[in-house]
Amino acid sequence: MPTSVAAGARFQPASDQSLLVYFDERITLESHGKVVRLLRLLQSEPVAGIRDLHPAYCSLLIKFDGLRLTHEDVEAIVRTYLDRLQSVPVPEPREMEIPVCYGGDFGPDLADVSTYHGMTPAQVIELHSSSDYIAYFLGFVPGFAYMGELPDALVTPRLAVPRRSVPAGSLGIAGKQTGIYPFATPGGWRLLGRTPIKMFRSDETALSFLTIGDRVRFTPISPEQFLALEKAQR
Amino acid sequence: MSTIQVLSPGLLTTVQDLGREGFGPLGVSASGAADSLALRTGNRLVSNPENAAAMEMTLLGGTFLFPEGAVIALTGSDFGATLGGAPVPLWRSVEVTPGQTLRLESTRSGARCYLCVHGGIAVPFFLGSASTHILSGLGGFDGRPLRKGDVLQIGASNAAFCPETLTPDALRKLSPRRTLRVTPGPQCDWFPKSERQKFYTSPYRVLEESNRMGLRLEGPPIALSPEYSSGGMITEGVSLGAIQIPEGGQPIILFVEQQTTGGYPEIANVISADVPSVGQLRPRDEIKFELVSWETARSALREQESILASNSLISG
Repeated sequence: MPTSVAAGARFQPASDQSLLVYFDERITLESHGKVVRLLRLLQSEPVAGIRDLHPAYCSLLIKFDGLRLTHEDVEAIVRTYLDRLQSVPVPEPREMEIPVCYGGDFGPDLADVSTYHGMTPAQVIELHSSSDYIAYFLGFVPGFAYMGELPDALVTPRLAVPRRSVPAGSLGIAGKQTGIYPFATPGGWRLLGRTPIKMFRSDETALSFLTIGDRVRFTPISPEQFLALEKAQR
Repeated sequence: MSTIQVLSPGLLTTVQDLGREGFGPLGVSASGAADSLALRTGNRLVSNPENAAAMEMTLLGGTFLFPEGAVIALTGSDFGATLGGAPVPLWRSVEVTPGQTLRLESTRSGARCYLCVHGGIAVPFFLGSASTHILSGLGGFDGRPLRKGDVLQIGASNAAFCPETLTPDALRKLSPRRTLRVTPGPQCDWFPKSERQKFYTSPYRVLEESNRMGLRLEGPPIALSPEYSSGGMITEGVSLGAIQIPEGGQPIILFVEQQTTGGYPEIANVISADVPSVGQLRPRDEIKFELVSWETARSALREQESILASNSLISG
């Protein structure tokens, strides 16, 4: 099935029941804005037969019921939505603050990252916590926000060998991205610290701490503050 | 209310239905039965809606006491089940009298066996589904695999027991495949023709490190074209059954508890009709991939649904 292009978007069948919509082949605020708008439009005006949506940096995966719709059907519907993207209201982003205890057992890679960049750990912490980040999307596992962009001076490759298990709440960096592991999962990002905040809860009224589009800032806290906040969360 | 007491849980037994839809924007994948065809037919055999919650057992089954009795059906793979010492046939509804114990052993065929019970297994819904999402510890029974001593509630039931069996014809048509049919993945062009040919002609073995999130395979490694080999793929949404080629070139099939996004190129995607077959693959099983057209994929799915909808699915 040929790939087609419409209204600045490229359509690509991903499986027999899913279609990828790409707005760009690189990460830009403009393409991400289109992802957010299309997502909001498909959520506020759901299409019968569309089952799920997986947003990312500059693309949206649309999963559909192959007994009701074809790729061509979904593409035709999305094209009509694309024409209306500009008029989709997007709320002002929320300003979120995440307390992080950097270094020590909580941030086992802080020393290596500092050495890699020829900085002191305090400089790495200062740099990481003085930037604003955008939560581009939630993916990988429930509540995992892909945040960016890291200051150039902190851009670090992933671990050559991923850890088998990263503790829940761990703050990691990889390439230009930063993120927090909501659950104990395998992971290849370099760990700088940990937050006591529960990033994903079973409370259906407040599932994910972060949402797509949030502006995020990290606040350094002491191990004592970490323990106190962790206790308060229970 | 009737109950099931877990005397021994088996290797990995969870409560599953057909999964949850619509929470991809939060990073939540569908989860649900690994072999959805076995779950759906099992539920039909005990007069349940197809998406009722049941127990999914993996490789080694458990032992379960039914103090108040129940109507059950076992589907999927043969785990050598006995009820009060007598063998229990698969794909058939069976009456369990109060106080009887169902014992399952290790598999004699594929990876998973389903214990469906009339009335369904009653657990609180999380995001519209009874399915356990093991990695995040959410849904199902307390968000975790079953343990010895757990007591499961059976949902309300009213129908009188009538013996029902899946017809041999339906069983044959719905049986798991070892050659998985696939459609081209979104990055299939990133692989040279010779590498794609290797992928479609070589056998791949399922590794031990496989689970409900994904199946790791071992076989001839698949390399990217030089212009793409430096990495740099932008993370994007991934589909159920996507076949990723990470560094090292050994394929991974993303499965029911899949990550919702990923950054490895996808060479192919298992067609929806063959995804349930993936749920029956055991470590060390050997599989192959066969490229089919989008139309073949669509008609295979339609055909499977028509078998499930037909009058000749079940006989009394």
